[in-house]
Amino acid sequence: MTGGNGTDPLAIEVRGLVKNYDEVQAVRGVEFEVATGEVFGFLGPNGAGKTTTINMLCTLVTPTAGSASVAGHDIVRERDDVRRNIGLVFQDPTLDGYLTAEQNLRLHAELYGVESSLVKPRMQQVMTMVGLWERKDSIVGTFSGGMRRRLEIARGLMHSPRVLFLDEPTIGLDPQTRRSIWEYIGELKEREEITIFMTTHYMDEAEWCDRIAIMDHGEIVALNAPETLKAGVGTDRVAIQTDDDPAAIAALADRFDIEARMSEGAVTFGVPEGEQFVPRLFGELGIPIKAVHVSRPTLDDVFMSYTGSTIRDAEEDAGKDRNRRMMQMMHGARR
Amino acid sequence: MSTTTDPLESAATVEASAAPVVRVTVPKRSLASELRAIKIVWRREIIRYRSDRLRMVTTLVQPLLFLFVLGSGLQQLSAASTHGVNLKTFIYPGILCISVMFTAMFSAASIVWDREFGFLREMMVAPVRRSSIVIGKVIGGATVASFQGVIVIALAGFVGVPYDPLLIIGIFILQLLLAFTITAFGVMIAVRIKQMQSFMGVMQMIVMPMFFISGALFPVANLPGWLAVLNRLDPLTYAVDPMRRLVFNHLTISPAARAALDPGVTWFGWHVPALLEAGMIVVLGLVMLGIAIWEFSTTE
Repeated sequence: MTGGNGTDPLAIEVRGLVKNYDEVQAVRGVEFEVATGEVFGFLGPNGAGKTTTINMLCTLVTPTAGSASVAGHDIVRERDDVRRNIGLVFQDPTLDGYLTAEQNLRLHAELYGVESSLVKPRMQQVMTMVGLWERKDSIVGTFSGGMRRRLEIARGLMHSPRVLFLDEPTIGLDPQTRRSIWEYIGELKEREEITIFMTTHYMDEAEWCDRIAIMDHGEIVALNAPETLKAGVGTDRVAIQTDDDPAAIAALADRFDIEARMSEGAVTFGVPEGEQFVPRLFGELGIPIKAVHVSRPTLDDVFMSYTGSTIRDAEEDAGKDRNRRMMQMMHGARR
Repeated sequence: MSTTTDPLESAATVEASAAPVVRVTVPKRSLASELRAIKIVWRREIIRYRSDRLRMVTTLVQPLLFLFVLGSGLQQLSAASTHGVNLKTFIYPGILCISVMFTAMFSAASIVWDREFGFLREMMVAPVRRSSIVIGKVIGGATVASFQGVIVIALAGFVGVPYDPLLIIGIFILQLLLAFTITAFGVMIAVRIKQMQSFMGVMQMIVMPMFFISGALFPVANLPGWLAVLNRLDPLTYAVDPMRRLVFNHLTISPAARAALDPGVTWFGWHVPALLEAGMIVVLGLVMLGIAIWEFSTTE
């Protein structure tokens, strides 16, 4: 990973990081390193512990155990030094909707002590990058969700941070805005000496990263370049729709020795060279097939091969858990 | 450069890429950087107040109602007992105090909004002391509240309070102290509260009793025993009393009227001097500021 200024080859170093909330283990001994200049992605379903990890690295949450350093500074002992060197874009908006875009950025520059003569040129630069310079005098309350997110990115860059943290930067945005945010991030990487650490639960977005860590239930289950992870899967994904799905799963096990499962309403399994397999499937399965879909391995498959479920299914499970907990809480409150 | 403001198309503003990157550095924390942080937090309060015309008007409705509607209405009942002094003149210092108090509490409430709308987080992760944020917030809220005070001071002439420079300056300083203390008090409460509804509830529960007990609307002598005790414990009493004394010093009225309407606060028969009262307000404000800072520094 080049592009660093050579002062510290590692932008982030994490050793055995743990965070417990009461009895819940949100993060269970995470370890990884991020090189200077890298775009590093944290991938996983909601509730996997990504945000908790990012909050610890940003000094917002104190770890229960383990250690980490960001931009060469310890996240517990040198909080202030970490804060001076990082930029943050949170999942939830943190702009002042009553102020103009410019006032929001100026406030940030003042809080971070940016040299007065550089505030204006830097502001123009970051706002131009996200395409909001012409809107600098507009009240932020009038901005759309996508514009606010872009403004937050610009603000996070105001003080030239060495590491930029983006927690779900594209969540809740439409596909086009999501793509444009990725374009800014790409451009940013070209122009500034910056390391980007981000979380996402969109599989397709993780492909923009140099390396990704897949997180599930508070642990990192895989960590590598997206291409390497995909190559590691070694199989194509085949999804079929039949008249009798349970029988099809049984037949696949019986005749082809393939373990299939139901995923998102289709019988899904992995085979090497999926396209060549389809004719055999039609010939030998013995159960009428209504539709076939063959896809090259994606990060979804990587996630599935490491965790045994698709990210969407994992999220639904987590959602059910959450709903149940919420029901219990509401129930408890009424009594 | 493209002039479109469409969120999607403006993504491709390539022109800036040609310009050299402006690099800035964040200095180590120093007194200067803390002062800068205090100043910007203070300025934010002012900017927000200025842009919120509606708030200026709505917070003025209440004092106007008290002063002119309640004051004029009750005047008919009280004419005999006020020794010829207009009731509006009598309640003016109290109404000024309550108007400052409400604005100050609302300013402090913005910390709850900030938490709800996420902005508090932006300030919490900045490389500045939490105390700088609290101090900026309190000074900002106090400034905004005293703007409100100035508007009410401007109305003095309409209720028979003379525009004497010394009187105006004195009232101004007293309401400034009150604005500071009440904002510190509000922030102290707001730091611990997560939802606006709860804050409003707490405010109703604390502010209204403080207002009614303080003697803003009645003389503080010859009260029933229980009310006299509560009155002496109410901090607002010590803001209303010196202000009323100041106003009455500048009125030409009979000694009987003065004695009946401005008896002054006493502790076991001892007249509490106005300066001590003002001092108490300041000390109370500083203590509450201290508590607010401590609370804010210990929240995650």
